[in-house]
Amino acid sequence: MLFFSFFKTLVDQEVVVQLKNDIELKGTLQSVDQFLNLKLDNISCTDEEKYPHLVSVRNIFIRGSTVRYVYLNKNMVDTNLLQDATRREAMSERK
Amino acid sequence: MSNTPLDLLKLNLDERVYVKLRGARSIMGTLQAFDSHCNIVLSDCIETKYLLVDGILQNEERESEMLFIRGDSVTLITTPEEE
Repeated sequence: MLFFSFFKTLVDQEVVVQLKNDIELKGTLQSVDQFLNLKLDNISCTDEEKYPHLVSVRNIFIRGSTVRYVYLNKNMVDTNLLQDATRREAMSERK
Repeated sequence: MSNTPLDLLKLNLDERVYVKLRGARSIMGTLQAFDSHCNIVLSDCIETKYLLVDGILQNEERESEMLFIRGDSVTLITTPEEE
């Protein structure tokens, strides 16, 4: 649940998502669910020469399992909060 | 204290780690978050992608200030070699 909450804090921010097939999309994070499926708005393809079929796409749903990376900016993330949340999550998962 | 493999990872929070990924990639960065799926957030990271061009090993590097890595690509996490 940690990363679901994490991505919820990133809604309305601009992110770059790299998929496992090397396609890279920049867009505003619109919503996220528990599988880390992502909905992006105002898409721009970071390499339009490589992926011309995506140039006209403006709005996209990405299945979470196809994501490799999500590039973020430092100012979007409170690292102390994130580390504490990780420690708490690690504690609560131990049963 | 530490009974599970993931507890070991907890000791590396806010420390530099080396992460090996599927598809001949590796990343060095500061560990900010992880969960039981090995989803990871790293800061100040350098990604290295290894390519074989005409039988010669080459690598491409890319820097990023904050990066989320989906756990299903992760193969191992360790502390980096001394620089």
